[in-house]
Amino acid sequence: MLSLEGITQRFGRVTALDGASLTVRAGTVRAVLGENGAGKTTLMRVAFGALQPTAGVIRLDGAPVILPSPAAALTRGVGMVHQHFTLVPAMTVAENVALGGHGRYDPSAASQRVRDVAQRAGLALDPQALVADLSVGAQQRCEIVKALARNVRLLILDEPTAVLAPSEAAELLRWVRNFADAGHAVVLITHKLRDALAVADELTVLRRGRTVLSIGASHATETLVSDAMLGRAASAHRQTAKPLDVNYAIDGVSARTTRPFVSNEVVLRLDQVHVVDMRGVTRLRNATLAVTRGEIVGIAGVEGAGQHELLRVLAGRMLATRGTVSTSAQVGFVPEDRHRDAMMLDASLSENLALRDAGSRRGLMPWDVMERTTSTLLAQYDVRATGASAMARTLSGGNQQKFVLARELDGAHDALVVENPSRGLDFHATDAVHRALRAARARGAAIVLYSSDIDELLLLADRALAMYDGSLIPAECERNAIGLAMLGSTLSQATK
Amino acid sequence: MSSERIPPRVRHWLSHVVTVVLLLVAALGLLSLLLVLTGHPVVPALSALVRGAFGSYYAITSATLVRMVPLALAGLAVAVAFRAGILNIGAEGQLLMGAAAATAVSGVMTGVPSLVAIPALLVVGSLAGGAWAAIAGALRLRFGVLEVISTIMLNFIALYVTGWLVRGPLQEPTRINPQSVSLPTALQLPVLLPGTRLHAGVLLTVIVAAVLWWWLRTTASGFRLRAVGANPLAAASAGRIAVPRTLFGAFALSGVLAGLAGATEYTGITYALYENFSPGYGYTAIAVALLARLHPLGVLATATLFGALQAGANAMQRDAGVPNVVVSVVEAMLILLVVAADRWREHTSQQRVPAESSA
Repeated sequence: MLSLEGITQRFGRVTALDGASLTVRAGTVRAVLGENGAGKTTLMRVAFGALQPTAGVIRLDGAPVILPSPAAALTRGVGMVHQHFTLVPAMTVAENVALGGHGRYDPSAASQRVRDVAQRAGLALDPQALVADLSVGAQQRCEIVKALARNVRLLILDEPTAVLAPSEAAELLRWVRNFADAGHAVVLITHKLRDALAVADELTVLRRGRTVLSIGASHATETLVSDAMLGRAASAHRQTAKPLDVNYAIDGVSARTTRPFVSNEVVLRLDQVHVVDMRGVTRLRNATLAVTRGEIVGIAGVEGAGQHELLRVLAGRMLATRGTVSTSAQVGFVPEDRHRDAMMLDASLSENLALRDAGSRRGLMPWDVMERTTSTLLAQYDVRATGASAMARTLSGGNQQKFVLARELDGAHDALVVENPSRGLDFHATDAVHRALRAARARGAAIVLYSSDIDELLLLADRALAMYDGSLIPAECERNAIGLAMLGSTLSQATK
Repeated sequence: MSSERIPPRVRHWLSHVVTVVLLLVAALGLLSLLLVLTGHPVVPALSALVRGAFGSYYAITSATLVRMVPLALAGLAVAVAFRAGILNIGAEGQLLMGAAAATAVSGVMTGVPSLVAIPALLVVGSLAGGAWAAIAGALRLRFGVLEVISTIMLNFIALYVTGWLVRGPLQEPTRINPQSVSLPTALQLPVLLPGTRLHAGVLLTVIVAAVLWWWLRTTASGFRLRAVGANPLAAASAGRIAVPRTLFGAFALSGVLAGLAGATEYTGITYALYENFSPGYGYTAIAVALLARLHPLGVLATATLFGALQAGANAMQRDAGVPNVVVSVVEAMLILLVVAADRWREHTSQQRVPAESSA
């Protein structure tokens, strides 16, 4: 029904998709898997007309088409349910479904239409309910009905189970199967291999904007898919049980030779920590972890597996709902979103440095000291800026990240929590950040590193743990074991 | 790069001053156009405007500078709130409550020496303004009520409370006019220059602006306020700043300054509380603060400019028969032009940054 061929999508200098391809036939479900940032959502936004590809061909029923907008995609029967819903909370379900239509709005006709569509599709939904009052599952059904009301034949679902409780997720997947069996087509973007295997006929794995695996679900194994996702050559002939591949061996050696500082002194400790979010969902369950001086503990996990909460609890930026957190030092924290959580873009670098201890400082600000320290740090960490008085906004992303890292490492920080430290950085800046982290470890800092890039973890971490569904699972510091553990595979236990 | 070059911060401010002056000229050009369109002679009207603002010793001291005081104090109130990321639109109400509180306690000040009584009136007025703003602060922090809405509503409440006070508990004893009894000379702010209306509030304003500037720049608590305004998430995460407490403090401080504006106007100029006590000083203060880019010392300059425009407007109405509201149009034009110029500059500089960093 739909085929995407050689799709390339560039945003400025960033290539999000690099000749990716995907097909889905009528009556089937195609699962799209990949790490964060692999290009899954971007590819489907191209199919939905929300993005115009730099290169490549989109075919619907064999004929090449151009989809200038989502509206054009909808008229051709392609609908998409985004991960973050696009509903108007203050409106009723019927009104939301009617949005984007033409002509007069007739409340009773709109309600009747929603009732018809929902009933035909087998989805329970009250047309008169306010969207704001609906549960997340019902909002999702509303999104699906919205697409179906436009006579969609191909439905793209972006991470549909991520927001659902397990029973709701199972119900949704059953619905997806039935919908496809009725002759429609579904593309299911997911992090969860288990969901994919449960419902899909075919699997596509994207990695760094390329299609690295396209396979029938009956031939797919957890090992094969996780290998493809994490970048081991996706060849079925490859010995999956081979302990180390060449790259890893080199990285492993370099990681170990630069670890002179071995100590048993625990700096960061979590004991049976639980975090429950505002909606009452348990984000972190029973996390127990001890990090000693001079080690880098790597955390792996797919989006929303609980690492966000784990890191913030460790860094003292979030309170645990239950359990004990003990840290023997002030903890430095390098968050993933440095613009939002770590910097004042319209302030000078000295002021950004001063931010670090701002909460507890009394009296006057020692601006001359701040300026001198900033200048020293700029030189020490090779941050390219015109000086301590440069506005943070004028620095490139890599230099901003190096500066945040420098700030957090400076000032006798024995403990550091880092989240995706090289996100958005080029090769040189990434290398500089890695060297800074290794140097801190050599000085005896206890470091917890989360990275969505498994290569970065393997490169830096002395040991690794995977997060799956809020739980910490120890994994061997090896690609396969981490990959399987973060996908929640029971195989990871077996390999130990 | 040579070291003799002007430091970037100073250059930044110089360029802003130049922008404001250029835009002021543009706004006056617009005023001329408006005068032509409404059939008023341009030259006599504009000369009346200038004479009314700067034409004489009396005009400068008793018209322009006297109007600068409440505009500057309320402008500082707005500036400090905006610096903390709080959109306090309620300086008007806080100013009124400050004046009302000062009026209320002036009754019990008979016999108290001026040196004690006058500062006491100013302190009471400030505290009342602070308390009034704290209501909006509590609503925001406790219930998430947007301060833009709550402070506007509190303005109306303050306005009607004032109206009730001057017809009720604070009305002068003859019960004829809706206003309070005239403030005894002993409780009035001393006049600085004999024969003018220039009172000691001018000095107070300059001192307050300087202290505020120093405090924001050099103290840890002032830095916390700025950090919370610059990026509350980073302030909480990277700075471990108690953001709600800082915000509440900023609400209160802003209200204190606006309350001081009201108390100063009462003890320095009006000597009485009445219904239209403030000709919208608290609203004009927003323009004053924005035009000064929220800089305390800049507020002194822009408040003087607005004071001059208003003094000139009155003279223009008196001498050339031009309704003084046309100057309000000029003030509004000026603000729009400056905001547009800022946004445009931001826009162009942001487009330049990625290109520079890739080099």
